[in-house]
Amino acid sequence: MSRPEAGRLAERLRAACGDGPCVRLMEVCGTHTVALFRSGVRSLLPENLRLVSGPGCPVCVTSQGYIDAACGLAGRAGVTICTYGDMVRVPGRHGGLEQRRAEGADVLVVYSARDAVRHAAAHPDRQVVFLGVGFETTAPATAAAVLEAQARGLENFTVLSGHKLVIPAMEALLAAGDVPIDGFLCPGHVSIVIGAQAYAPIVRDHGKACVVAGFEPEQMLAGLVRLVEQVRAGRPRLENVYPVAVRDEGNPVALECMYRVFEPADAVWRAMGTIPASGLALRPEYAAWDALRRFDLRIGEDYDPPGCRCGEVIQGKAEPRDCGLFGSECTPRRPIGPCMVSSEGTCAAWYRYGGRVAAGSPAA
Amino acid sequence: MSGGAPISTADERIVLAHGGGGELTQRLVAERFLPKLGNALLSPLTDSAVMDLPAGRAAMTTDAYVVQPLEFPGGDIGRLAVCGTVNDLAVMGARPLALSLAMILEEGLELAVLDRIVDSIAAAAAEAGVVVATGDTKVVERRRGDGLMIATAGIGEMTGDVRQGPGRIRAGDVLLINGPIAEHGLAVMSAREGLRFETDLRSDVAPLNGLIAGLLACGADVRWMRDATRGGLAAVAADIAEASGLSVELDEAAIPMTRTARHASELLGLDPLLVANEGKVVVVVPDSDAAPALAAMRDHPLGRHAAIIGRVTEARPAVVELATRAGGRRLVQRPYGEELPRIC
Repeated sequence: MSRPEAGRLAERLRAACGDGPCVRLMEVCGTHTVALFRSGVRSLLPENLRLVSGPGCPVCVTSQGYIDAACGLAGRAGVTICTYGDMVRVPGRHGGLEQRRAEGADVLVVYSARDAVRHAAAHPDRQVVFLGVGFETTAPATAAAVLEAQARGLENFTVLSGHKLVIPAMEALLAAGDVPIDGFLCPGHVSIVIGAQAYAPIVRDHGKACVVAGFEPEQMLAGLVRLVEQVRAGRPRLENVYPVAVRDEGNPVALECMYRVFEPADAVWRAMGTIPASGLALRPEYAAWDALRRFDLRIGEDYDPPGCRCGEVIQGKAEPRDCGLFGSECTPRRPIGPCMVSSEGTCAAWYRYGGRVAAGSPAA
Repeated sequence: MSGGAPISTADERIVLAHGGGGELTQRLVAERFLPKLGNALLSPLTDSAVMDLPAGRAAMTTDAYVVQPLEFPGGDIGRLAVCGTVNDLAVMGARPLALSLAMILEEGLELAVLDRIVDSIAAAAAEAGVVVATGDTKVVERRRGDGLMIATAGIGEMTGDVRQGPGRIRAGDVLLINGPIAEHGLAVMSAREGLRFETDLRSDVAPLNGLIAGLLACGADVRWMRDATRGGLAAVAADIAEASGLSVELDEAAIPMTRTARHASELLGLDPLLVANEGKVVVVVPDSDAAPALAAMRDHPLGRHAAIIGRVTEARPAVVELATRAGGRRLVQRPYGEELPRIC
């Protein structure tokens, strides 16, 4: 079954772009980056519409200091690290968690924070540390896991929080002002939690178009059509083309759970530095489940591996093909930077779906 | 447990002594394997099975099986081992005859689980029309064995005039597949600890030798076949492009996939083209033979949803491209390693 609606929307997008100046839109989220490639939507875009990837891949925005801290913890006796799969392969200063595991560290891939709690309950002799990364999509689940650990009286479960908030990163990018962006394609799944209204400040204070869209080709195309129409009309607005799933106010239950356990805190983003109130730290009441406190840890300096331009890629300042390592030294087989590691990473998506060929490739 | 007690109560488990080569080993084989798998080659328990082979060429293959969980919707490690071995023979154009079966049991494995898996091996072997000619068991200490691991070898008779090979693939040839993709990988993942989600997805694990025999008998000029297992359809398409030096164009809308599998892939952030199958074969035939090949595949119960899913082209460099449902195009690449569900 093909999708005639997608064809019609692609036609409308071309008409909306017309032959005017180039429109630059940022897809904030890694899931959109991948879906745009995987569905072939990228190959349908007119030449004067540029999509740049934003800081929305959880693994990619995690600072190198966090990775190194996690690797350090993995080396300690009695510690089990529970993590989402992608984190295992991110290289640290002295190798990543994958290497630590090969050397004998106990590193377990889990699919949810709850599994880490269950693992802690089943292994009272181990200190189980869950690597909490991701945006408002995963943070409520981590919060729920902490509440569960509290309810069960588990003293061997902690969270190393690397959770981040989407809106402060978008605002920081705009405030820096060095990336020309006309509008944002806002991610459906984060928006289910934070609500469409969360983007209102981006429109109000920065005058940028924001459209919340789902991940089906038609949904993404519809979002792009609205964005381009807004930009061409010079009237940036907030629109939600994914109302089936995303409400204005989001999911109050998930938000309440998240903010019961976490509070906004300054956070270090890869290459973007410290962004005020852009991360989530455990509240003092939950200090017993905070790995930073339990292990007296400090997150070290952030840095890019030599030659790696992931930092610029996640800010939309560079495309993967601008990086000298892309597709040569840095491949999914042997990734140097996180954007090539994560399945949601921009470089991995370009490599896998767009090819190593630079300009002129069908999907580029 | 004492040496004299029968080994048959419900909650009994494998102990190290089951692998010691003594009475427990003997009884494990005699009571749990032979009644289900026994045949003229296996039952004498000689050091080697001795059999007559048809004159002509033979095909031989070996494979190892580790999967968690051991039992999953639609199959288990035993069925997987039989079907995987049979399929590796069948796609070479061989008629599978006999298998070997080495089982590495982990101390603590429930005998009830082992019994179910041996039943499943027997059923799959019967379905495929092969015998287990020889076998072995070993027991490893707890935490050193993943429950149960299986290694097999298979031997088959090369039939008729099978000349298939990647060198025979030509631009203009078409690709067929015998049914919906991604079901095995998704079914196993759906059953995995921590990822359990309710679904009616079942593994497609099945012996393909019957379907392939029908295909070869229909007279279509089969240029090349491969079962699309780990790495999914993408890996087989990449194999075709690499081995032939030609490009492959897949048509997303034509690739059979159930709605459930599509939704599960979306939920997990997986590309269904990269997800494993265990009962799917990709066949390359000349365009002129596509219709009879498709009809022959559809004639078999495992090929009812067979479809033409793409073609071989001369486009350079040799790549695999997908014409997407949305009307776009993108590259298809061999996956790096195991596909992991996304974070968010």
